[in-house]
Amino acid sequence: MYPSDRRYTQEHEWALREGSRVRVGVTQFAAERLSDVVFVELPAVGADVRAATPFGVVESVKAASDLFAPVTGRVVEVNAALVDNPELINQDPHGAAWIIVVEPADATEWDRLLTADAYAKLVGEAGA
Amino acid sequence: MTPRDFPLIFEHSVPGRIAAALPEAGVPDVSLEEIIAPRLLRREPAALPEVSELDLVRHYTRLSQRNYAIDVGFYPLGSCTMKYNPKVNEDAARLPGFARLHPNTPLALAQGALELLWRLEQMLCEISGMDRVTFQPAAGAHGEMTALMMIRAYHRERGERRTRVIVPDSAHGTNPASAAMCGFTVTTVASDARGNIDVAALRGAVDDSVAALMLTNPNTLGLFEERVVEVAEIVHAAGALMYLDGANFNAMLGVTRPGDQGFDVMHMNVHKTFSTPHGGGGPGGGPVAVKRRLEPYLPAPTVDRDGERFILQHDRPKSIGRVRAFAGNFGIFVRAYAYLCAYGPLLRQVSEAAVLNANYLLARLRPHFDLPYDRVCMHEFVLSGRRQKAQHGVRTLDIAKRLLDYGFHAPTIYFPLIVDEAIMIEPTETESRQTLDAFATALIRVAEECATNPEIVRSAPHHTPVRRLDEVSAARHPNLRWRPPVPTAGGVSAGED
Amino acid sequence: MTHGEGWQAHKYLPLTAAERDEMLKVIGRASVEELWAEIPAAVRLRRPLALPPALTDADLLAHLRELADRNGHADRFACFLGGGAYDHVIPSVVWHLAGRAEFYTAYTPYQAELMQGELQATYEYQSMVCELTAMDVANASMYDGASALGEAAVMARDLTDRSQVVVSSAVHPHAREVLRTYTQHLGITVEDVPHQAGRTTVDAIRAAIGSGTAAVIIQSPNVFGCIEDGEGLAQAAHDAGALLVVSISDPLSLGLLQPPGAYGADIVTGEGQPLGNHLSFGGPYLGMLATRAAFVRRMPGRLVGVTTDRDGRRGFVLTLQTREQHIRREKATSNICTNEALNALAAGIYMAALGRQGIRRVAEVCARRAHYARERLRTIPGVRAAFDAPVFHEFALRLPVAPETLNARLAERGILGGLPLGEWYPDLADGWLVCVTEARTRAQIDTLVAATAEAVRA
Repeated sequence: MYPSDRRYTQEHEWALREGSRVRVGVTQFAAERLSDVVFVELPAVGADVRAATPFGVVESVKAASDLFAPVTGRVVEVNAALVDNPELINQDPHGAAWIIVVEPADATEWDRLLTADAYAKLVGEAGA
Repeated sequence: MTPRDFPLIFEHSVPGRIAAALPEAGVPDVSLEEIIAPRLLRREPAALPEVSELDLVRHYTRLSQRNYAIDVGFYPLGSCTMKYNPKVNEDAARLPGFARLHPNTPLALAQGALELLWRLEQMLCEISGMDRVTFQPAAGAHGEMTALMMIRAYHRERGERRTRVIVPDSAHGTNPASAAMCGFTVTTVASDARGNIDVAALRGAVDDSVAALMLTNPNTLGLFEERVVEVAEIVHAAGALMYLDGANFNAMLGVTRPGDQGFDVMHMNVHKTFSTPHGGGGPGGGPVAVKRRLEPYLPAPTVDRDGERFILQHDRPKSIGRVRAFAGNFGIFVRAYAYLCAYGPLLRQVSEAAVLNANYLLARLRPHFDLPYDRVCMHEFVLSGRRQKAQHGVRTLDIAKRLLDYGFHAPTIYFPLIVDEAIMIEPTETESRQTLDAFATALIRVAEECATNPEIVRSAPHHTPVRRLDEVSAARHPNLRWRPPVPTAGGVSAGED
Repeated sequence: MTHGEGWQAHKYLPLTAAERDEMLKVIGRASVEELWAEIPAAVRLRRPLALPPALTDADLLAHLRELADRNGHADRFACFLGGGAYDHVIPSVVWHLAGRAEFYTAYTPYQAELMQGELQATYEYQSMVCELTAMDVANASMYDGASALGEAAVMARDLTDRSQVVVSSAVHPHAREVLRTYTQHLGITVEDVPHQAGRTTVDAIRAAIGSGTAAVIIQSPNVFGCIEDGEGLAQAAHDAGALLVVSISDPLSLGLLQPPGAYGADIVTGEGQPLGNHLSFGGPYLGMLATRAAFVRRMPGRLVGVTTDRDGRRGFVLTLQTREQHIRREKATSNICTNEALNALAAGIYMAALGRQGIRRVAEVCARRAHYARERLRTIPGVRAAFDAPVFHEFALRLPVAPETLNARLAERGILGGLPLGEWYPDLADGWLVCVTEARTRAQIDTLVAATAEAVRA
């Protein structure tokens, strides 16, 4: 359920290494908990983000949740498709609904992220 | 718009119709361009509706018939205190001496208004066990913000930098929001197994960086904070202040007073406890009552007595400033004053009946729903719909919508956040036993339907003017205003944007 | 009575002593006193509340009438007061309709299916405010014009990430005070820019703003009744990357004057009392807030939107609620919960009653009668206009006698004279702010002029 090609945060984001960059989104677990997403507040390209610090907001009818950056760095890409189609997050959270791409500043932060197994255990426990 | 849609006022519009007499200036004619420079004048008229007076009356009368209201039926809404709104209070507020009084009237010609506020202040001090009251805040949340600003000023004057406010995890959302608006950071403390704030956890959280503890009592579970005296001692020992969110004041009028419980400051909701009408979402009134030590920081001006006359005291050097223009929601306070005049010391019976009604309703309902905290409740109680969700896949939201089919407004749902599938019920003292029995019967029937016919609950409501509304698309594609139709080659296009 | 024995019948309390006893049995308690068992004894009140004894309706109304009759209200006096609250003619339909119990005893429309009346009326109100102000979106109300201004400053800070706001000294002093109170703990600095000859000048604003300015805040017509140069000030603000916030003192002015949306305002606030709401000694009033479509998610307060139900019917719901306190908590756009829904309803009915023609006509009559009054008053020796700028329905005069003294004489003649400006503006100690609406007849104006001339001569 949680692809092993990437890592995860405690706050339910996923991080996928692509060369020197990191692509970021929210997990299936988060998308289900939120239920129908109505709006995503995205940072600007060029904005700085810091690990474990909010960089945006994902809104459903019932909740507005902060998005936490998995790594520190600079935003180099933002998924404009989410502007008109926020429901992508519910439809394809691990794929088409990626949120930002970051140029990371500190390579050591990667090791602090959860592996797919560790994350599955985390949400397995939470969902019990 | 489809034929089944209820028309907007704009959709009744016919150019040239008027609903109010058009006055004539009756003074010597001068061109407007001479009075006011042409470039300052409006070019495109505002596209307000053009309807006749009868069209107007029918439209809003029919709209009113598409509303639920206290005068129509029971509202078991926890934390809202939906009690009856007395009609004599409306007559009082409409007296021309109040309704037609300009706020900038010289004070010598506003003595009756000032005296009313002064007398109301005396009454509220007696009821709350506090020393002074400000009437500027327009609502509870506004009062919270005002109180927190006063708390901040209090600590500042003592040269203390206190940046944190503590709230229990059961707190209403306005509490942390108000604290944040005043520049505080918020620390949350858990509730214990009895539903009280966890005193050990509180002890650990309180230090000299804490400005105040914001507590609701009875709390949002409808339970009295049994250890409030001890809590006040802990907070005061650390040099912090005790703030009461007075939303649940209806539980304890004449029984116990916040000032005696150890609170330094509280806000009241006159549109809850003191019967002023909710108006579809407002106006309300959120007076803040304080102990002497916070009096210097009250918003200026206060209504003071100077011998035989009443004045507005602006000379308050330590005041936090104004939070509202003029004196506050005066028309609402006329109603609150009239309410208290109609009760006097009998006000205690309000709380006796409110608490009795709540315990009675709880006794009738508890076999059918989970009860997270098994204690005597105050004026409201919280059940959980988790049994219905786990066993039948029916959520509390669905139960709430199905109640509408039985002719009742739903209770408060999904609050407080610490109870899963929360259902918060507050009957108030103005409901009869017959109404409570009818409501209990309806809710029990819905609980049975969860087992025998869950689909009818999940797809409710069925008998309301509209069925369940699509909130998701409303938020995804917000349409927040009507726009005049744009004529196109093929005809006129839709009027919403 | 303190131990559950006595019980006095009261018309708001259906509970009888007999029912109480039956219900106690169901609860499984012996007395009402047992329901208080969890309240610590030390905090129990052991005496009756020291309040005056309960009054019947008749005695209650007599008492309140006595208090009310001591006030110099606008039915007894010809009211020429303005300064933030305005006496307009309210058509009878407004409160016959808004006074319907299905409107005023209703709760906030969280159960939308039961409250389509209130929700639709609010949507219509939002639409009318947009039309009047020429803005894209308006909310369902804030507490009053002054607090709406405070919220607008916070909004501007959030939108621009800048922390200074600049406000004209010609904005109503109460609004400026509330603005300071709202922003003082949020790291927002407020700087006053002095007016020049009763107006806010582009030069003064340009000199005061820079790359740290989130908003330029003006009021139009301003506290002196003068109409501001909105277009020039919008340009100045935008050149510095700041937003223009315009506070509308009397929305009826927009029946006649260029609306802020047409000259580049980013956020419009205002006091909605003049739209169908009573003077009521200062409240309840009605804060208006409108803005551009792009800023809608930063707007505080409730919003009603259109949607459909599962059968495809058009319906209305509260929307974008996740910005609000009950969900977002400490990260909310504001802490506002209760608003001024009934006042907004009355304002909507009023705007619909006046309609497209009426709003223009009423505004014209205000302007013409005010002009007439001003010209006649200026003929009195010693009385001169304080400022030359064009006005709508309020204007400041400078008097050769103390304004308070003049007002005392006028009161003897059944007139509430203009507002003395000295308390708010010490350099205008001889300043007198007169407001003339369509509610003032020509005869009343002529009497004002004659009485003033007489008092000045004496």
